[in-house]
Formats: sequence, structure tokens, C-alpha cells
Amino acid sequence: MSTVQIVFLFVGFMILLAAWMMVSRSNLVHSALWLVVALFGVAVLFVLLEAGYLAVIQVLVYIGAIAILMIFAVMLTRGDVESLTHITNRYAGWAAVMGAFLLFGLVIVLGQWPAFQTTSPEAIESANPVLDLGMAFVSPDGFTVPFIVASVLLLAAFIGAIYAAFPRKKGE
Amino acid sequence: MIGSISSEMILAILPEIVLLALVAVIFVVDLVVSDERRGMLATITAVGLLLTLVLTALFSRPGPEAVLLWGGMLRHDWLAFIFKIIFLVGALLTTIFTIGWEPIWRKGEFYVLLLTSTIGMTLVGASGDLIMLFLAIETTSIPLYVMAGFLTRDDKSNEAGFKYLLFGAMMTAVMLYGFSLLYGFTGTTNIYELTTAIGAGEIPAAVLVGAAVLVLIGFGFKVAMAPLHFWAPDVYEGAPTPVTAFLSTASKAAGFAALTRVMVAAFPSITLEWTTLVAIGAALSMTLGNLIALSQTNIKRLLAYSSVAHAGYALLGVAAASELGVASVVYYFLVYVVTNMAAFGAIIVVYRVVGSDEIADYAGLHRRQPLLGLVLLLAFLSLAGIPPMGGFFAKILVFAAAVEAGLIWLAVLGVLNAIIGLYYYLIVLKVMYVGESKDADKPLPVLRPHSAGLVVSVVALLVLGFVFGPFYQWAVSSASALF
Repeated sequence: MSTVQIVFLFVGFMILLAAWMMVSRSNLVHSALWLVVALFGVAVLFVLLEAGYLAVIQVLVYIGAIAILMIFAVMLTRGDVESLTHITNRYAGWAAVMGAFLLFGLVIVLGQWPAFQTTSPEAIESANPVLDLGMAFVSPDGFTVPFIVASVLLLAAFIGAIYAAFPRKKGE
Repeated sequence: MIGSISSEMILAILPEIVLLALVAVIFVVDLVVSDERRGMLATITAVGLLLTLVLTALFSRPGPEAVLLWGGMLRHDWLAFIFKIIFLVGALLTTIFTIGWEPIWRKGEFYVLLLTSTIGMTLVGASGDLIMLFLAIETTSIPLYVMAGFLTRDDKSNEAGFKYLLFGAMMTAVMLYGFSLLYGFTGTTNIYELTTAIGAGEIPAAVLVGAAVLVLIGFGFKVAMAPLHFWAPDVYEGAPTPVTAFLSTASKAAGFAALTRVMVAAFPSITLEWTTLVAIGAALSMTLGNLIALSQTNIKRLLAYSSVAHAGYALLGVAAASELGVASVVYYFLVYVVTNMAAFGAIIVVYRVVGSDEIADYAGLHRRQPLLGLVLLLAFLSLAGIPPMGGFFAKILVFAAAVEAGLIWLAVLGVLNAIIGLYYYLIVLKVMYVGESKDADKPLPVLRPHSAGLVVSVVALLVLGFVFGPFYQWAVSSASALF
């Protein structure tokens, strides 16, 4: 087993554990902190895949901004952060069985798939991966249209959120 | 390494560009216009949509050969073109019917959301790539969640918006899981390269079927295919009626545009498996939709279940997975968008005066406003599939496609269901024409834009019935773009 594999197994286990802890805590702030751990694990996976830029973005945006924003939102809106009483409902058992079934199904099928045994090709050598990424966003042969549509989508979501949350005058 | 932008690429996304410019115009007007003159927002949107429709029909027409543009993100073909026309017509009629609907027609936000959703739909119809498709579906759905809950002081509307958001987000996650499996196994997100990659990669059929099921669940939710229709009645009833009209026509058509393209283009190696699933979904949708519609007393709920049933009929064409099948789906939606818009337009007109959506309050409508009665009569007969309305040919085509594909049991079930459907449509007509009401001599005024919208829809559904040829030719050209 190579070093990379050992690191991968360790980080993968850490992500799974953090994800499990995140959904199973009844304290919302604890959940948010476990989410930070899981997101950090994903950032490490990006490093293992030689995607350094994405790893930095993952830490900056997801941990630095989104997770912190969540913690602030929880602390500013809920007086009592431990009031989540029912995390599971009566279908939780069924969901666990279905999930386990799906997992074993995927493991078995993947084991039989010939491409699963081959080693992955080397990452494409590029002088400047960040430049490539930027070019892909603006090149007409790349992701220009999805890039613009994503901004339109965010604009619409923004307007919708403001509309839904904005306090109303009487009679509106 | 940066490619150049050709005029063809610009023309292919012309409707989206014009719609986006319209969004900007609405923003500015909303900012500067005084409170009393806010009604002009709806007029500007309607005129802008009409302009988009004309420009699209004139300049954005695809050539005989389908082309992949913008790095394979969009496919410019007849299927995308016809569906764009359907979405624009749906959005235009929706805008017309919002005029006078307090308080939404004074809100610039509403029209911005409506237009953004329409942009999403036009891109759904044209997507040639899973990333593009996902973004387009979200651009369609997220504004719709807010639009369904737009009346923030109305509990039913809030419930509709919230339910739609929660179920929608869940189903999007399921669909995205399907997309990610497809990408993980094939290494490509381009829908038209998936087939070759699937063939080359010796991907186990079980994985492929699993991914297809997940994708099918996502699309099935959008089109309200049973057993994924559970959200439709509550959302349709609670949402403001113009939004319900938009949801049940344009949004449903968008789901079908994605369904036909992705299923036919990406999964030819497991056609038997996915068509069987779609056939079961079609049978369940038709039967459940029609049977539950029988006992409804609220006309919006009745049309909600009827729209589940209609998704079932259209799924017959998808299950056939043939050129005739896809052509029948396209024709079905050409008819369905104008028919359902006429029906919902009439409901909006009645609600404005009567203030109720209960079928019992439609008693004596015929005497209060004979022309409105006639509109509802024609729309409901077309929904029921009575000749010479457009709905008749639409049903004939999907049944023919099912028979041609060997799904005779499904076609027989469809015909039986059409008879059940006729029964509850006729009950409403009976209340309207024969029912007695103490308000029968009170007049029922109709706003001029509403009459225009109703006349356009009814004329369109009659034209689609009488002049069958050219429109069928459109449907056939769009089907041949897929095979």
C-alpha cells in the first residue's frame, strides 16, 4: 500500500465519520462544526487528486464562508440550539436497510467492472491549471453557457429569497 | 485555444438573450415606475414575450441537420425549437392571465421569476450536456418554488411553495445522483457521447439501469408521473391560479423535453428496461389521475389530477421510444399547452368575479357569460379528446405510437381512461350549462386582455384539430432530430 492510499483511507474514514456525526447530532452548532471537518476532508481529497486550486477554493468558500455563515445564522436565529428533538422518524430503519442495500449493490457491481481494476491515468500535465480553468469558463467551446446560466440562476434565487423573506407592509 | 463565436451560435440562443434583456428591462421599470402605474409591468412582459416568440420563429429556426453548439452544451435541433415555441406560448398566456390578479401583477419580482424560469425551460429543451441540463432544470424550478408560494399572506400558497421546494430539492438530489453515476462510469457529461462511452466501457447493465431509474425519478417528479405525483394536487391548488397554469403546461412540457431527449439519446442499450418502467408509470398516472379526479369538488384540484392523467397519456409516446412516439409527445404538448391555458384562463376569469374555485359555484355560468361557457366547453372537450378539437389527434397519435411499439395493453388502458376522463369533464360542463344558481342573471365581466388570451388559446386548439398537417410535420421533424 502506497502512502497516498493510506492517506486516502484515513481521510475517507474521517469524512464518513464527520458526515455521520453531522447528521446525527441534535445540537445544530455541533452539526455545523462536524460539517467543517467533512468539508476539510474533501479539500484533502482534492489535494490527493492534484487539484490544488480546488482544494484552496474548497477551504476558502465552503469552510471560510458557507460553514461560518451557517453557524452565525444558527446562533443569531435560534435562542435554543438544542431544541431539535426528533432527528429520525419511523422510516429511519427502512432508510438504513435501503441505504445498505444500495451500498452493497454498488460494491458488488463495481467489483465486477473491468475498468475498476485498471490504474487511473496520470493527471494531465498543464503549465497553468488555473488558467485552463478560467479559459474553460469563458471559451465558447467550453462552459460559457452553463457559467452564464449559473449566474442567472443565482440572481433569480436571490430575488426569490429576498421576496420571500422581506417584511411586508400591511395589506400586501 | 479560445474558439470563436459564430452567428449560428448566437442565433441558437437568441430566445434566451432576448428574454434576459427583458428581465433587465423589467428590473429598471420596476425601479422607476410609480405605484399606480405598476400594471404596465405585465404589459411589458407580454409584449416582450410576443417579440421573443416572433424573433425565435423567424431567426432561431434550426437547419435540417441537428448541430451541437457551444462546446456540445446545446443542441440546436427541431425538438428544441418546437419546445421553445411551446414554452414561450405558455409564458405569454400566463402573463396575459396574470393581468388584474392582485397583488402579483404589480410585482416586478413575479415577472422576473417567470422570465427566468422560461429561460431555464428553453435551455432544458436544448441541453446536450448533463451539466447544462442540470443548471437549466434548476433555473426552471427555483423560480417556480417562489412563484407557487408568491402570496406570502395566504397559508395555502405558502404551503404550496414550501412543499414544492422540499420535494423538488429532494428529487433533484436523486436525479443528480443518477447524473453523477453516469459521469463516474463513462467519464463524459455529453449526452450524445454517453452512448459511445457506455458501449466502450463494458459498463454493467445493473449500474446503467440504476442510473436510468434515478434519472427517471427526477424527470418523473417534474412531469408529475405517478407514483411521483403526490405533490401536484396540493401545489396546484395552493399556488396562485396563473402559476398553476404555468406549472401544469410549460413546466410539464419542459420535463418531457428532457425526458425524451435524455432517455432516447443516452440509454439505447437498455431500451427494454426503461420503456417498461415508463409504461408502468404511464399506466399508473392515467388510472390514478382519472380515478381520483372523479371525486374532486374543487376545479383546480380536478385539473391537477387531470394533468397527472395527461402526463400518463403523453408518457405512452415516450414508452414507445420510436419516431412516432416522440412526434406524438411533441404534438400532445402543442395541443395541451393551449388547451390547458384556455381552461385555466376561464377559471381565472370566473375567480376574479365569483371568488371561488368550487365546481358548484360554476352553476349557471353559461347564462351569465355564454362565450366564457363556450371556451370552457371547447377546452374540456379537447382535454377529453373529442373531435374535432386538437386533443383528439393528440390522443390518437400517442395511442397509435403505443400500438406500433407493441404496447397494446397500454393503448387499451389509455382508451378506457379517456372514457373515465370524459365523464368528469362532462360533469363540470353539466353544472355549468344545466345547473341552477341564484346569481344566474348577474353579469360576469371579462377583462379585455383575458378575452384576447382566451380567444387565442381556443383558436389555436381548434386550428390544431382542423389543420393537422403542418403541425404534425413539425412534430415529425423534431422526432427525427433524435433518431
